[in-house]
Amino acid sequence: MPERAEIRALATQLRARFEAAGAQAVEASILQPAETLLDLYGENIRGRAYVTSDALRGEQMLRPDFTVPVVQMHMAHGAEPARYTYAGEVFRRQEHDPDRANEYIQVGYEIFDRENPAEADAEVFALIAQALEGLSLRAATGDIGILMAAVQGLRTTEARKAALMRHIWHPRRFRALLDRFSGRVPPPPSRTALLAQADPLADLPPAIGKRSVAEIAERIEALRADAEVPPISDREMAALDTLLAVRETAPFALERLRDVAVDLPQIAPALARLEARLQALAARGLDVENLDFEASYGRTSMEYYDGFVFGFYAEGRPDLPPIATGGRYDALTRRLGDGAEIPAVGGVLRPGLMHALEREARA
Amino acid sequence: MTVKLGVPSKGRLMEKTFDWFDRAGIRLKRTGSDREYAGAIEGIEGMSLVLLSAGEIPRELATGRIHFGVTGTDLVHEKLPLWETQVEPVAELGFGQADLVLAVPQLWVDVDTLDDLDAVAAAFRARHGHRLRIATKYHRLVREFLVRGGVADFALVDSQGATEGTVKNETAEAIADITSTGETLRANHLKILSDGLILKSQATLWKSRVAQVGDAERATLERFAERLAAVQ
Repeated sequence: MPERAEIRALATQLRARFEAAGAQAVEASILQPAETLLDLYGENIRGRAYVTSDALRGEQMLRPDFTVPVVQMHMAHGAEPARYTYAGEVFRRQEHDPDRANEYIQVGYEIFDRENPAEADAEVFALIAQALEGLSLRAATGDIGILMAAVQGLRTTEARKAALMRHIWHPRRFRALLDRFSGRVPPPPSRTALLAQADPLADLPPAIGKRSVAEIAERIEALRADAEVPPISDREMAALDTLLAVRETAPFALERLRDVAVDLPQIAPALARLEARLQALAARGLDVENLDFEASYGRTSMEYYDGFVFGFYAEGRPDLPPIATGGRYDALTRRLGDGAEIPAVGGVLRPGLMHALEREARA
Repeated sequence: MTVKLGVPSKGRLMEKTFDWFDRAGIRLKRTGSDREYAGAIEGIEGMSLVLLSAGEIPRELATGRIHFGVTGTDLVHEKLPLWETQVEPVAELGFGQADLVLAVPQLWVDVDTLDDLDAVAAAFRARHGHRLRIATKYHRLVREFLVRGGVADFALVDSQGATEGTVKNETAEAIADITSTGETLRANHLKILSDGLILKSQATLWKSRVAQVGDAERATLERFAERLAAVQ
């Protein structure tokens, strides 16, 4: 298919551009051990990646992206700092939209660098923006680190904060937890009834399964303790609601978030990082004044990003997935690094979509 | 070409399907020996009977190899993610009622909702070093239900039969399975979560939206529809 060859040529060209920017070209296996990906993403990944298996190696996944293998490779024997680029097929199971591709080429650029995260963020974003020049795209940006900092600094128990942190990327469950922790929604009746019993562990049904009676007793204790915890204050809740709703051009968003920081001072360091990033972007000639910033951006689809996040979308083509996406994933390196960690940021382009948009523009 | 009707090839589901069509004056029967899956239709011209496993009927409908098929809502929803575009329900047959539910040990007195299950899954993974296992054969439906409900840290393990026994055998911590009365669950010391109903299912007559229909078949389809209208 000539179109396929053209897309491949475009991918090679993009990777060469990233090599010229200082990245080392790397390869990754198409088959990845399923266990690592399942541990990271949970069962949800089975809905998005193809799983296959053999009797010797067990379950394998057709790589759904390059980030995990590239991080593993870097953590195993990478020198610091490092820049990598790659181009190759990724495979995504599609169960809802037959028009979405289940196999497409990604070209990526990843930076592992401890020195200057703001500068690294700006470098990735600027390189991707340059590669996309000429296409009519809208950039969306956000920073999941601000919400994470806000949650970690809430005046409530560690258990509640851990529950919220676990669901940062699941907005509905996150909201349900917040509503309960703030007393906006009463606890479920079954829980109230359980805690009203003098001894919920009296006359237990037969003990079956791996979860022991001791674990059940422990959770009931935790629920009792949690029932005594005062609700998250209206002031903190109002500030969180304002934070989550911030959607402005970057300089205004920063202003709004500074207002939020009056009630949630814990976000100040994250805001300093945002400001440094905006300066670094401006220094690279990007139009920061008109850059969109959305505090909730990236919470539903970008599960491992924990700081700066971005995506480029085709104007007038809301049916298309983003043409490019990226972000910071410091925590992922921690989880894959066996104790080691390194700040990392990266982004990917989809030459197939770029090619289609270019052709559309020419037509 | 004839209009093909696919029905389950054995058991009570087959018998009840035969009874249901009988009331419309359409006689389905197996032919040949007991072991041979061949059948015939009497009482309507231009139709032929295909005996299939209930689990294969969704796929046969989706590819258009049969025009009509009888199988459970659960199987259609599990096997055909885009079922609305591939098949259309014609009639609910009023038998084979079953609910796909999520059940945990009765012992878990602290667990009644998905919210509880999610909290327990997090603690379980921290303690045992693996995700909380849920045994099922309805992988897609269960996964989507749990993800929608915001449950994390679970793993689905495949169980094609005797699913209720997996908890006692410690190959799973919870199950998602079809139940009609809940009796088997109770007998195995399991309980259904209060918000754990994943899907209500019953035997249903489906029409393929993709099967080829020529002029000859169209007349048969009309006759078939008239007969069906009479029983509903």
